Amino acid sequence: MVGIPSRHRSLFLLGGVVLLQVLLLAVQIKRDSQGRLIRVWTVGAVSPFERVGAHGISDIREIWDHYFALQNTSRENEELKHENDALKLQITQLQGKAAEADRLAALLKFRQTNVNVPMVSARVIGGSADSASQTIYLDRGERDGIRRNMGVITPDGVVGKIIESYRDTSQVLLLTDKDSGVGAMLVDSRIQSPVGGTGDPLLVMKYIPNDDAVNSGERVVTSGMDRIFPRDLPVGVIADIKPGNPFKQIHVRPAANLQRLEEVFVLLSLKPLETKQDSVAPNADGPAAAPTASTEKPGSSEKP
Amino acid sequence: MNDAFDIRSSELHIEVHKFRAGAIVLAAAFALVLQAFLPIYFPKAGILDLPLLITIYFGLSRRNPSTGLLLGMTIGILQDSLSGPTVPLGLYGIAKTVIGYLASSIGARLDTEHPAARFALTIAFYAVHQGIVALTQRVLLSQPERWFTLHLGAAALVNAFVAVFLFMLLDRLRKPS
Repeated sequence: MVGIPSRHRSLFLLGGVVLLQVLLLAVQIKRDSQGRLIRVWTVGAVSPFERVGAHGISDIREIWDHYFALQNTSRENEELKHENDALKLQITQLQGKAAEADRLAALLKFRQTNVNVPMVSARVIGGSADSASQTIYLDRGERDGIRRNMGVITPDGVVGKIIESYRDTSQVLLLTDKDSGVGAMLVDSRIQSPVGGTGDPLLVMKYIPNDDAVNSGERVVTSGMDRIFPRDLPVGVIADIKPGNPFKQIHVRPAANLQRLEEVFVLLSLKPLETKQDSVAPNADGPAAAPTASTEKPGSSEKP
Repeated sequence: MNDAFDIRSSELHIEVHKFRAGAIVLAAAFALVLQAFLPIYFPKAGILDLPLLITIYFGLSRRNPSTGLLLGMTIGILQDSLSGPTVPLGLYGIAKTVIGYLASSIGARLDTEHPAARFALTIAFYAVHQGIVALTQRVLLSQPERWFTLHLGAAALVNAFVAVFLFMLLDRLRKPS
């Protein structure tokens, strides 16, 4: 043996022979869970190098990709930005469609729970040309059975009434218009009084004497006395109350979102509507609308 | 090569013995056969480890570590082969390889011709041999082999006693110096 001192040759031979026999044993011995011992040893001896090599290659590749191979990064970045913008737009569109689907589902549910009330759904296609009047245009008109003075509602509450009906469109006077009004009553006390617009977002409940107890936050519903809207449709909620002379100054926040209307229902009847409370006003959780003696003050019908 | 020569002429006069042709092979084969054959008819004879005694004797006599360990390896692996499927090849091979190397190395430094020295060395080699076997079984085979028992102690004494007389017989196989 070259390079090994003669006095150590036998020692090296001993080591080699013993190692050889240990390997021979390892080939024969079979561990229950891990297979043959030689395989266990081999895997155990090789895997650290493989692990180090794999990590090394991964690190080198990462360094290369992140610091050297950047010639296409700018272009890819631009592409990703464009793709990101397109996806954002798509998300916005989808969110709009989802919101529309929710609204339509609510309309459908409202329609299904009021099958005995003749009504037609319509889409808002335009608004008032001037800021002095609160009106909107619908995509349905006389051909769909819509006539003047028909009520317009949403599942949330009263919207207004038809003031003009054309062949395929119609114009709605919103509840917030200063010329608008609806027969209403307080849910808790059953006090009846017309509610009208002032041109502001809030409505005004008129003719409530200072002696009558009215609470802020109390709900206001239709009384049915205007012969346009069925009884117990939500009109709004008392926003604030101030003493006046001779009547209280009561502001009502509309139940329907009149600032953002997209779909509405038009009540297709000019006759007085008699509907059950639970079917007409699914959102109204107030007491049952027991027939009460009319306490509506003069002038409770809507203004012309 | 001379039949016998001094390896440490300046200090001790220890001879390296040569044996008649085929003596080592025949002695080893005979020991292996007896080791496999005797316990069938004389179960008590299982206490003897004749291949080990042969390894020790020729290691001490030849006094060449390389040939000693190769002889031990050969005898050990053959013993493993004859021991059945429960003993993997290499179990006794490793032990007897080491014993062959140690016997040759010690034989080159000590006078091992005296029966008392042979008796003592056989006990020591037997203990080392069993230690290596136990170590191999514990580490490689995961078998809880005990390091020492009274039976092993008695076996060491018996083998050492037999070795004294066996070595005298084997001395007759030497070529006259």
